[in-house]
Amino acid sequence: MIYLDNNATTKVDAQVLEAMLPYFKEEYANPSSIYDFAKRSNYAVREARGKMKDFFNAENEKEIIFTSCGSESANTAIRGVLNMNKNKRHIITTKVEHPCVLNLYKALEKEGYKADYIDVNSNGELDLAQLSECINDDTALVSVMYANNETGVIFPIEKISEIIKSKNKNTKFFVDAVQAAGKIPIDVQALGVDLMGISGHKFHAPKGIGALYVNSKTLITPLIIGGHQERGKRAGTENVPYIAGMARASELAADGLEYEATEVKRLRDKLETNILKNIFNSRINTGIINRVPNTTNIGFEYIEGELILLHLSDAGICASSGSACTSGSLEPSHVLRAMNVPFTAIHGSIRFSLSKYTTEKEIDYVCEKLPAIVDKLTNLSPFQDELEALKKRR
Amino acid sequence: MWDYSEKVIDHYRNPRNVGKLDNADAVGEAGSLACGDSLKIYLKIDNGIVTDAKFQTFGCGSAVASSSILTEMIIGKSIEKVKKITNKDIADELGGLPQEKMHCSVMGYEALEDALKNYDNYTDLDDLRNDENKVKSGEQVICTCFNVTENQIWDAIKMNGLKTVEEVTDYTKAGGACGKCKNTIQDMINTYYKSDETALTPAQKVIKINNIIEKQISPELVKDGGDITLIDIDGNKVMVKLRGKCSGCKNSHLTLKAFVEATLKETVDKNIEVIEV
Repeated sequence: MIYLDNNATTKVDAQVLEAMLPYFKEEYANPSSIYDFAKRSNYAVREARGKMKDFFNAENEKEIIFTSCGSESANTAIRGVLNMNKNKRHIITTKVEHPCVLNLYKALEKEGYKADYIDVNSNGELDLAQLSECINDDTALVSVMYANNETGVIFPIEKISEIIKSKNKNTKFFVDAVQAAGKIPIDVQALGVDLMGISGHKFHAPKGIGALYVNSKTLITPLIIGGHQERGKRAGTENVPYIAGMARASELAADGLEYEATEVKRLRDKLETNILKNIFNSRINTGIINRVPNTTNIGFEYIEGELILLHLSDAGICASSGSACTSGSLEPSHVLRAMNVPFTAIHGSIRFSLSKYTTEKEIDYVCEKLPAIVDKLTNLSPFQDELEALKKRR
Repeated sequence: MWDYSEKVIDHYRNPRNVGKLDNADAVGEAGSLACGDSLKIYLKIDNGIVTDAKFQTFGCGSAVASSSILTEMIIGKSIEKVKKITNKDIADELGGLPQEKMHCSVMGYEALEDALKNYDNYTDLDDLRNDENKVKSGEQVICTCFNVTENQIWDAIKMNGLKTVEEVTDYTKAGGACGKCKNTIQDMINTYYKSDETALTPAQKVIKINNIIEKQISPELVKDGGDITLIDIDGNKVMVKLRGKCSGCKNSHLTLKAFVEATLKETVDKNIEVIEV
């Protein structure tokens, strides 16, 4: 099995699992308890908080909140900020955000907020001028993802932060960094963000754990109300084994960034080059621009994505698609639509996302298998005349 | 992950009768590239028999499987038999399709219908479609996102017994994008079902309920020394008074629900509620 769907989720690193096991077995104490037995689990959470502080390059470990996932991080950040700024009713995000932000914004609009959704160009790059124009005195929050889950396109967070602060220094800035964590360096101080969310299972920790950075100048209300945990910002007994696991994963991820930027990128580029060369009806939907090193989004014209995925699966290859059919929704990906990917290619768009575990042999195998699959499906297409014309143009 | 039947998997892996028939006697199309699935079907017809069929499909696994099996279903059959094939037949032949993928079988049906229409000016005689809707042309587009016409929606409701907007979306895609046509679809569903089961006017309903109480229910109660009188009807609420031995009997509630209400539910309207006053 060749797993090229690492933007969906990743394999848990053996060292991460190792770091978690003691807290499933002997060290099961509640970290809030008073007796000596609880000291080690209490220490594990504190140690993990320190590691996450380093991972974000936060100033202080009090700025780290453990959550259950990326969606919870985003919901906590966005609702938390808005609850603290009740007099402001304007919010901004992009058209290509993950549903955990986009659908929350839609819900907030129903609650009376005015929301602006910033456009992207055909490469998936954000319209910064439009963003700048949208910010006003009433803007409570801007929410922008660091890297896009479907295309891998990186947004210029530092520049966006400067724009926001120059227009309204009281506007808070939340960054959904779920797809950036473990792929490119993260530095909340250098980037100048107020809040940033990540999810463990995208960088080889298990599903069910996330983190939220909230800088000390930003006040939020908790989403989950209850006990005193996470300094009153997120109630619920700490998930000690998962917290320990994500902290270990963050260390490994930081150490692996060089490998991501060189080797993973080399394999991704090899895959792209090969596909473009050997498959006449293929296109890189973003163009060759700055993206996280593991992701490519390729459109195959006049054939449909789910059918490609089913045939890839038959060949033992896991990838994903922005096609409507795959998800059961009837419309293709909102990200690719925002980019105006031509309708000849949008339904046949496939995302390949690599990881540190991806080998050269695996990429070679995909390069070998894919052209035959695409060729078979191209022959099925009712658009033979269009395909013929396309072939001549290439 | 879709739970595709083995037959669906077999047909998308090894589609039968792929391609074009150069000297086809009838060609039909359905769907569009922009909407994400599109199908072309080619028929060779000899003496009223489909002697060959081929297809080309742009679409997902179930779209290809629906097209592929459809060609197998029609080759060697008479036009009369082919005309009777519905989307449900296609889905059944495949061993079923996931609910959200039923529109793929509908596309197969539509392409076939289109081909036959082109062949001999075949017109769809919709006996089941009620007259009120026949007045309209039926070609009016209801869902502008996916370009679904009124007739396509009527067909899907009729052939598959669809009862909710969500089901109509699964079968035709209508309402699956912006959702603006959902109210229209709901109205169509209401109209369709009004025509058979709940077609009674309020006055007819009162008469029917009264008749059943007098002729079926009352004689049974009289046998046990009791009786029942209809007091009032408000929508589906039926107010009655129990008399004789029934009045004050500690089992009267049971009589009311298990016998009176159950009988009226079965014979008049399943939403009827009987209340003792």
